[in-house]
Amino acid sequence: MVESRRWLIWLTHGILLLGVAVVAFPIYVTFVASTHSLQDVVQSPMPVLPGGELVANYLQALAEGLGEGAGTQSIGAGRMMLNSLVMALGIAFGKIAISIIAAFAIVYFRFPFRMAAFWLIFFTLMLPVEVRILPTYQVVADLGMLDSYAGLTIPLIASATATFMFRQVFLAVPDELTEAARIDGAGPLRFFWDVLLPLSRTNIAALFVILFIYGWNQYLWPLLITTDQSLLTIVIGINRMLEVGDDQAEWQIVMATTMLAMIPPILVVVAMQKLFVKGLVETEK
Amino acid sequence: MEKRVVFKHPVLPYLLLAPQIVITLVFFIWPAMQAMKQSLMVEDAFGLSSEFVWFDNFVVLFEDPLYLESLWITAVFSVSVAALALSGALYLAVQADRVINGALVYRTLLIWPYAIAPAVAGVLWLLLFNPTLGVLPYLMRGIGLDWNHHVNGDQAMALVVIAAAWKQLPYNFLFFLAGMQAIPRSLIEAAAIDGAGPMRRFWTVVFPLLTPTTFFLLVINVVYAFFDTFGIIHAVTSGGPAGATNILVYKVFNDGFIGLDLGGSAAQSVVLMGIVITLTVIQFRYIERKVHY
Repeated sequence: MVESRRWLIWLTHGILLLGVAVVAFPIYVTFVASTHSLQDVVQSPMPVLPGGELVANYLQALAEGLGEGAGTQSIGAGRMMLNSLVMALGIAFGKIAISIIAAFAIVYFRFPFRMAAFWLIFFTLMLPVEVRILPTYQVVADLGMLDSYAGLTIPLIASATATFMFRQVFLAVPDELTEAARIDGAGPLRFFWDVLLPLSRTNIAALFVILFIYGWNQYLWPLLITTDQSLLTIVIGINRMLEVGDDQAEWQIVMATTMLAMIPPILVVVAMQKLFVKGLVETEK
Repeated sequence: MEKRVVFKHPVLPYLLLAPQIVITLVFFIWPAMQAMKQSLMVEDAFGLSSEFVWFDNFVVLFEDPLYLESLWITAVFSVSVAALALSGALYLAVQADRVINGALVYRTLLIWPYAIAPAVAGVLWLLLFNPTLGVLPYLMRGIGLDWNHHVNGDQAMALVVIAAAWKQLPYNFLFFLAGMQAIPRSLIEAAAIDGAGPMRRFWTVVFPLLTPTTFFLLVINVVYAFFDTFGIIHAVTSGGPAGATNILVYKVFNDGFIGLDLGGSAAQSVVLMGIVITLTVIQFRYIERKVHY
């Protein structure tokens, strides 16, 4: 039998709690900084306990956020969060929709160029935005999609991983179901809608969790294609707020905005942990 | 594996595939081909004409000391991030696997930094390490260490490595814990009966059985360090000070988008494509093997 000594168990819990504390420490400090006035935050050392400015700071961040600059209007974190939400939902729904129908075509039909289509989709895995920054920007600019929600979402919704995942799911669906549906006179679209879609419900939900976080956290792409202040996502907005040159950054507002940027994806992960883990394991990335 | 029962329709499958294929062609394949074309061209200073120069851009690139330095920096950065994120996660997963009750509670408590954007993770650590108001530099002054990542390149590198590893730790922890919980209890017990202590059991039984997980995570971590950490670098150091954290992905952005060196940036893009393709092939070969495991 594996030894179980009481002190060893306590030690293990101690180490784990220390690990949790180290992981949570940066968030705690950020939270504390978001609840003080600027004078309190910039003194050295910073306070270790939360202060009394929580409501005031968050209201200011939500309403004003990034102040007026040279030729730009101010934009509140509320608007930035709305932009991030539109982007995250657009990417999540877009990817799921076009991937599931593509996987349906590849699995349930035989037609010329089927494998060519499959490999074409596979290539998207090998071409992340980071390796084709300038030419992709050029294409989006030529299509007149700069500074628009369409430009923020559509170029990112092609997805090999989602297509592969749905392909695996469909391959596991018994052929008898398809035969039964055909005998009952169901066409391909009817079969897709009434049989496949309900069967893939949990996979769709798991993928949605992963993709929502992926979309919310996008950085390079919105940085490239939005110059219009009113389209800033919250992650980019934080970065803009820190670009103050020699001035003192308004740390308490920046940190309140940072908290606001973290809360939605963290809530999604913690509330839907089962789906999240399932999604991570299934997409393997 | 193929379906026995399929539908027949002359146009429907093409219609179903069309959105995915159109987006792939317009926003992935076409730009990638443009990058390849531009990597073989040189444009004059006004962007009026361009000339085909074969592989001159690549020759210039690999003779550029700044690019070679960036390659080295990327290697140091990726190895450090992967080493820190993997070893930390493995250590915690071993501990969590040992507590019979509560492993899942610890999973919940450790998993959520995964949801945070890399750039936001960078900002969190930027506050902690801020030379004037950060908590950690204040403590370091107490032991006579002067922290200023705006001036000191090594410190800037340490800062981005910590931020990047912190963000990746939960992902690794999740997979290590799952991998360990899949190891049959009887194997561990047999080793214990044979008199192997916890350390010995870990190195001779558990760790070898975790090799597939470790290898998979290694590839994922390297891909992450190469490509997904752009936000951390951009938000925290902007590649500085003096290029000390100028990893390849940041450099291709900076040279192309800010510096507007089209040919050079395109050549860098092509090199990066080569790296991603290599990593993807490694990853897929491995995943295929895992299926037969």
